[in-house]
Amino acid sequence: MSSSLVTVSYLGAAALFILALGGLSNNDTARRGNLFGMIGMGIAVGVTIVAFVTRHFEILVPLMIAGGIIGFILARRVRMTQMPELVAILHSLVGLAAVLIGFANFMDPAVSYTGVEKTIHEIEIYIGIAIGALTFTGSVIAYGKLSALIGGAPLMLPARHWLNLAMFVAVIVIGVKFVGTGDHHEATLLLLAMTAIALLFGIHMVAAIGGADMPVVISMLNSYSGWAAAATGFMLSNDLLIVTGALVGSSGAILSYIMCRAMNRHFVSVIAGGFGTTGGSAGAGYEGEVQTTTVEEVAQLLNNASKVMVVPGYGMATAQAQHAVADIAKTLIKKGVNVRFGIHPVAGRMPGHMNVLLAEAKVPYDIVFEMDEINDDFPNIDVSIVVGANDTVNPLAQEDASSPIAGMPVLEVWKGETTIVLKRGMAAGYAGVDNPLFIRENTRMLFGDARDSLEALSKAL
Amino acid sequence: MIIGIPAEIHPGEKRVAASPQMVGKLIDAGFEVVVETGAGAGAHFPDDTFVEMGARISREPEEAWGSDLVIKVRPPEHNPELGRHEIELMKAGAHLISFIWPAQNENLLKLFAEHKVTALAMDSIPRISRAQKLDALSSMANIAGYRAVIEASNLFDRFLAGQITAAGKVDPAKVLVIGAGVAGLAAIGTAKSMGAIVRAFDTRPEVKDQIQSMDAEFLELDFEEDGTGEGGYAKVMSKEFIEAEMALFARQACEVDIIITTALIPGKPAPKLITRGMVEEMRNGSVIVDLAAEQGGNCEATVPGQVVERHGVHIVGYTDLTSRLASQSSQLYATNIYNLILEMCPEKDGTLTIDMEDDVLRGATVAKDGEITWPPPPLELSERKPSYGGQEIKPEEVAKAPEAPKQPSAVATFLKSAWFPVIAGGLALFGLGQVAPPSFMSHFTVFVLSCFIGYMVIWNVTASLHTPLMSVTNAISSIIILGALTQVSSPDGLIYVLAGIAAFITCINIVGGFAVTQRMLRMFKGDA
Repeated sequence: MSSSLVTVSYLGAAALFILALGGLSNNDTARRGNLFGMIGMGIAVGVTIVAFVTRHFEILVPLMIAGGIIGFILARRVRMTQMPELVAILHSLVGLAAVLIGFANFMDPAVSYTGVEKTIHEIEIYIGIAIGALTFTGSVIAYGKLSALIGGAPLMLPARHWLNLAMFVAVIVIGVKFVGTGDHHEATLLLLAMTAIALLFGIHMVAAIGGADMPVVISMLNSYSGWAAAATGFMLSNDLLIVTGALVGSSGAILSYIMCRAMNRHFVSVIAGGFGTTGGSAGAGYEGEVQTTTVEEVAQLLNNASKVMVVPGYGMATAQAQHAVADIAKTLIKKGVNVRFGIHPVAGRMPGHMNVLLAEAKVPYDIVFEMDEINDDFPNIDVSIVVGANDTVNPLAQEDASSPIAGMPVLEVWKGETTIVLKRGMAAGYAGVDNPLFIRENTRMLFGDARDSLEALSKAL
Repeated sequence: MIIGIPAEIHPGEKRVAASPQMVGKLIDAGFEVVVETGAGAGAHFPDDTFVEMGARISREPEEAWGSDLVIKVRPPEHNPELGRHEIELMKAGAHLISFIWPAQNENLLKLFAEHKVTALAMDSIPRISRAQKLDALSSMANIAGYRAVIEASNLFDRFLAGQITAAGKVDPAKVLVIGAGVAGLAAIGTAKSMGAIVRAFDTRPEVKDQIQSMDAEFLELDFEEDGTGEGGYAKVMSKEFIEAEMALFARQACEVDIIITTALIPGKPAPKLITRGMVEEMRNGSVIVDLAAEQGGNCEATVPGQVVERHGVHIVGYTDLTSRLASQSSQLYATNIYNLILEMCPEKDGTLTIDMEDDVLRGATVAKDGEITWPPPPLELSERKPSYGGQEIKPEEVAKAPEAPKQPSAVATFLKSAWFPVIAGGLALFGLGQVAPPSFMSHFTVFVLSCFIGYMVIWNVTASLHTPLMSVTNAISSIIILGALTQVSSPDGLIYVLAGIAAFITCINIVGGFAVTQRMLRMFKGDA
């Protein structure tokens, strides 16, 4: 196959990927966009196999088919509440692949450059492997945290910022040596040393981040996996990889930025790790009495309400309560109640997590609103139901300038007539901050497992 | 411990201090309850309903009065049938909870002290947010406000709501509510829901939002004076203000059909806001409901306790509006009392302790162990604004703005300006162009432009599709498989093993990522 034909195919694939992302701007075009993405991937992979693969088909094809089948089964089996875990583990695969390809390329005698080009090529390999390695272990740790295989609490090593800095400096020093050395054997050892450090760096970085900040972490790793692909593209002089990597990298970066803004945190403090740990002294101790309620009372309240807002949080995902929520919404809508959903950008464990769960439960998406769209409506709401959300509805963010979550945009549920909070217990949210919403005069707490409570409520309605 | 619920003997009083539901809760909390026969009759709670919940019915008032804790609505008074004052029926050391109005009833306080009765006044509970669920004054004011509109509409001989009928158009009635406290807001809400055009006036400018939030028109004076007094109640205004206010009312009197006045100043007779002249000006058939009748009335023509007609205008001076909704009032009042009892019995073990360090209990206790403990020391807590129907309405507390920033240095300003990244980026590109070979630069061009495309495209993605965005970017970032494919044919065993593994795992990713995205997007297609 002529090299121009390959280039044209790659160009087509790149255009299709851009269309795939562009399609996501709208629910109606999203599926077509995804189809474009698949076609682009098919073209790129097919053309590459035809143009470059000359032997080892007998190994390659079964491996690819096996991988595809595993991926398909994963995609079919995963529960929507576990999407963050799946995305995290898939990110780790991209990172691992970048490391493997980087090493393979480094060892490939067929690749030979001289002078500045050699230096640049070596830097490309080096950076590609570094980003890939930290994406790999970072994602694995994130997966562990999300699936509760390891504790969600941030790991607080002493002098962890210095540790990060030391590792960063070490990576640069080794890098300089790596580029400078002419000896292939020594270079290999240096590369391995750097990989080990980058792997540790990835572990430490994510381990130091608390559970509620996972939306930022996931989108950050998403971004890294893109940059790893872009670096690999430079290494291989492959524009398609560069384009795709840049698209994915900026996508993840923008998502991280949106998530940071939604939590009123600075992006740099996220990358530095130890995020979400400033809340240690937040036990400001709000005195007051929690008023509990019963399923029957809530049912009565809802029956008499004309405007209801549902505010879901991560608790809805852990309790698998999205179907029960949807049933209640459906019942109320049939009775002529105006039911809407208010979604905070960082609700859940990854961007858009709540939307996916609600879509799974067949909640029509025209009643699902973003925070900015509905926040001004709360004064007109009769009943707000908070399902497993905490920090995202904490009035302290607006009222207490010294609070760790001060300035974070929150859903102003307390402005409504009545707020029902479904919660397992009185534990503080992930930011470790007490929530005075729970003791407000117009708040009623419904303790218990969210799904059980909501199913009972659905029956009572 | 025994709780006694005597019948109210005040003429016309139909309320009772307990509802059957609340009696059930008291028994759950470890108390015994004695109800005087017929105590709940006026509120349509027959004796049986109390018995069902586990209470005992007593034939004699003495038994209920002889309990350890007596709860009632009206302040105790002389019982003409028994020829004794109700307090005299109580045991030494017993407790009483009711409305007491200590400022007006000093004799009662002396009687409490004399008989060693510990008395808690529902009307003296401090207005702090924690105590809102005990706030019987708000509960009662809410009911009075509602009933005021009902009474007015009863006497008013037109529709309140406008209608267009085959027999012609009917204009909606215009209602003016003076004083937007709890009662005023309740009246506004009720009149509004009956379809009237509602205007409201209050001397406290901060209630403007509350009035407007109920879709009523806030009448404003062209006059700067804040009428907010202690505890969110109103205070006496200056002479000039009152003149401006009266002129406003006089204008409104010619226009509106119904006036509901709720203006009260704590500890003072009600201000006279509607003069006889204004009554004369009102259209024949109009109605005035004076909720301040008990304190002398806001209208000069009000006769407390009665409805009078002057110049064709009905003036309602009922002082028993809450009693006219006896069942509702009793139910809410009983809940307020129950919440107060729980404050004194947090363990629900049927015993009472009055913690005089507790602001709420200290404020409510007007006599204890033979001593008069009224008035309480002033509260240091920040007082909250009045509430409506138990719902806190307060101006938004915006997080304090940080201190004014120091004047930044010229360098810092430059670093923060939009020009800095542009110039720094330009210099970096220049430096790169100096050393990098052309082949790298062409890739670099592609890279930078792709970042911009990504930036533009991703901002257009709707927030609800962020999860599919992540899974699809994940799938396409597996384009890294091309690297594996170009190397898999290498003769070097290690390279082709590495490349093979890479191809394997990226295939998981490609298929998995696209498939799960498709699965999610199919759900989003939804049947909206």
